[in-house]
Parts: sequence; structure tokens; C-alpha cells
Amino acid sequence: MSLVFSGVCSHAPGITGRADRAPVEQKEALYAAFDDMRARLHATRPDAIIVIAAEHFANFFMNNMPAYAMGMADGYDGPIEDPAWLAIPKRRAKGDPDLSQRLIAEVQQTVDVAFAEEWRFDHGIMVPLHFLDPHNELTVIPANINCQGPPLTPLHRAWAFGEALRRAADAVPERIALVGTGGISHWPATPDSGRINEAWDRDFLDRWSRGDKAAMLDYTDAQTYAEAGQGGFEIRTFIAAAAAARGRGTVHYFEPIPIFAVGCTVATMEIA
Amino acid sequence: MSLYQLSKLLYELNRDDALKARFREAPESVADGYALTGEERTALLQPDIGLLYVLGVNGQILMHYAAFCGIEWSDYLQRMRDGVKAHGPVRAGIYAMTTSVDEKIAGA
Repeated sequence: MSLVFSGVCSHAPGITGRADRAPVEQKEALYAAFDDMRARLHATRPDAIIVIAAEHFANFFMNNMPAYAMGMADGYDGPIEDPAWLAIPKRRAKGDPDLSQRLIAEVQQTVDVAFAEEWRFDHGIMVPLHFLDPHNELTVIPANINCQGPPLTPLHRAWAFGEALRRAADAVPERIALVGTGGISHWPATPDSGRINEAWDRDFLDRWSRGDKAAMLDYTDAQTYAEAGQGGFEIRTFIAAAAAARGRGTVHYFEPIPIFAVGCTVATMEIA
Repeated sequence: MSLYQLSKLLYELNRDDALKARFREAPESVADGYALTGEERTALLQPDIGLLYVLGVNGQILMHYAAFCGIEWSDYLQRMRDGVKAHGPVRAGIYAMTTSVDEKIAGA
């Protein structure tokens, strides 16, 4: 039928795994923002949700790293991480191989996307689902943009991937929701974990909220690495979500939470 | 290519419960299956998280290996700082340290 929802959120494993180490008021405000996003998402009555994540070597390695990939399985197990470490129990999310196939076929009209009939979820998808689908009800179509192992896909291609997903969502009879998860500035899993470039984040979110394609694509990977860390490469997921939505975005929550290792974001974009 | 082999071992270990069981039982024999340098093999088997970090293992793989080894988060961050102190700056990859070795950002 159409794309009915587009949003972005953070997926850092600390959000759940180190929840009790954050200032309680910050944690509660972030969790409330996720609750609000869940309500907005479910109000659109989606038949399926495409989660564009930046996965972290859960499925793909540098022996054969796809720039773009989408899942085509009837179910997806996760988290791949230790459930106690992530503080998210294991589950099997529902998939829909037939819907995946139709979406992928349309995406392939303009983007060479890899497909996977086997896919395991890591925190990049499990943390968002933990908040957005706590009862494991949604049909999930995972999508990934390689943000881990350079060479990385150019930002304008991430935009094109988002455009292709929109065209694909509009071409199927189902109601499709989309969530991009990743970014923005952060230096995860290093001694710099907790470093956050708040000014850079706010500037990026301003460009994102305006739906300003040129401004969103006006970064080089070298600049992003220097100013926003290797975690900043994940802005590709936000860019794709914006390209799919075509509208203006609203940042419902943004707050640097160092123990979660990222400026935590919850935002939605109108479908235009 | 050796860092690639080391990273691949850790990637496969993170994904595969049977390999985890084998590694707990006989880590040397698992290491034998990969073309590691002596330094990499030692860092893996100790485990020397700081040296693995300096060698350039991607943080998204390394943090799971640390968790697998039962290393708590703050200790994990500190071990990487200690590794840079002992072995010098990160030699490869994209996870170079950007703060000073005594500068604790969060979580430690």
C-alpha cells in the first residue's frame, strides 16, 4: 500500500545492558521516548517493519561484505550477544519471505542489494525491537548498510537505498513501517566510549529534521571519523530513513548519555 | 592478512556456540585453525585485551570477546587503555584511541 511510518533511534547495547548505570532521570526520559515512538509506530497499523540497521559482524564479515543487504527469512533469531550482557532475552522475530522477496525485487531496480535467507539479529536490531515491539508481534524485514568495515558505501548511495525502499514499500499492498537505527557521533567499544560530540550531533539532526538532502550528504568519511568517531559512519541509516520519508523530521528526544556511549536519539519523519 | 585471520576467529567465536564450547575446552586447537602471528596468538589466548585492541581488532568484535571472557565493561575499557600504555598506539583498523590513556570518559 505505502510507507506508513519512518523514524530513527539509537541502538547502543548500553541502553539496555548498562541501563542501571545511567542517571535514572535520563534513562527514564529515554525509555519514555521509546514508549512514545512505539505508540506512534503501532498507531500506523503496519503489516511489517523494515529495520535498517548498522549490524556489527553478526552476519557479515570481510570475506564477503555486502554494502546493502535485506533479510528474506521466515524468522530471525536474536540477540546474537549474550542475553545477560545485553539484558534482552532471546526471541525469534517473525519474518515474511514472500514480502521480502517482493520488496527486494523492487529495490533491485536501482540498488544492488544482497539478500539473506538466514540472518541473526544483534543489538543493532534487538535494542530497537525491545522497545518498539516488546511482545514480539511485528513482522520484521531486516536491512543492513555496512558501516563497520571500510570501504564504506558513499552517503549518496545510502540515500538512493532509502529512496528504493520507499518505492518498494509503495509498490506492495502491505502497510510498511521503517526504522533506521545507528549513529550519530560515538566511539563505541573503545577506551573513548562515552565520548560524544554533541554540537556535531545537533548539527546533523538539524540537517536531518529539515530533510535537507544536500546538507545530509555533505560529509566525507574522513571528516566523520575525525569529528564523530567510527560510530558516526552509521549516519547512513538515518540518511536512508530520511530518503524514504521525504518529509520533515521531528526529534522527540536527544540527550548525550555517556554510559550508553552515544547521544541517544528518538525521532520520526513525516511521510511526504 | 593476519589481523584479518584474528578478527575472523573472533567473529566466528562470537556467532557459534559449538566453537565457543571447543574454545573453552581447548583454545589452542581453535587458534591452530587460523594463520595467526605469535603475538596475535598470545594476545588471544591470555587473553590480552589491550594488545588485541592495539593490534587493530574491531571494537565491535573485541567487546564481545571480552564479555565472553567474563571481563566487566569498566575493566574492558581500562584494559584497552593499559594496552596502549604498554604497547603503543593502535596499529591498524578504524578503532584508534582519540583520548589520552589516563582520560576516563565514561563507565570507568
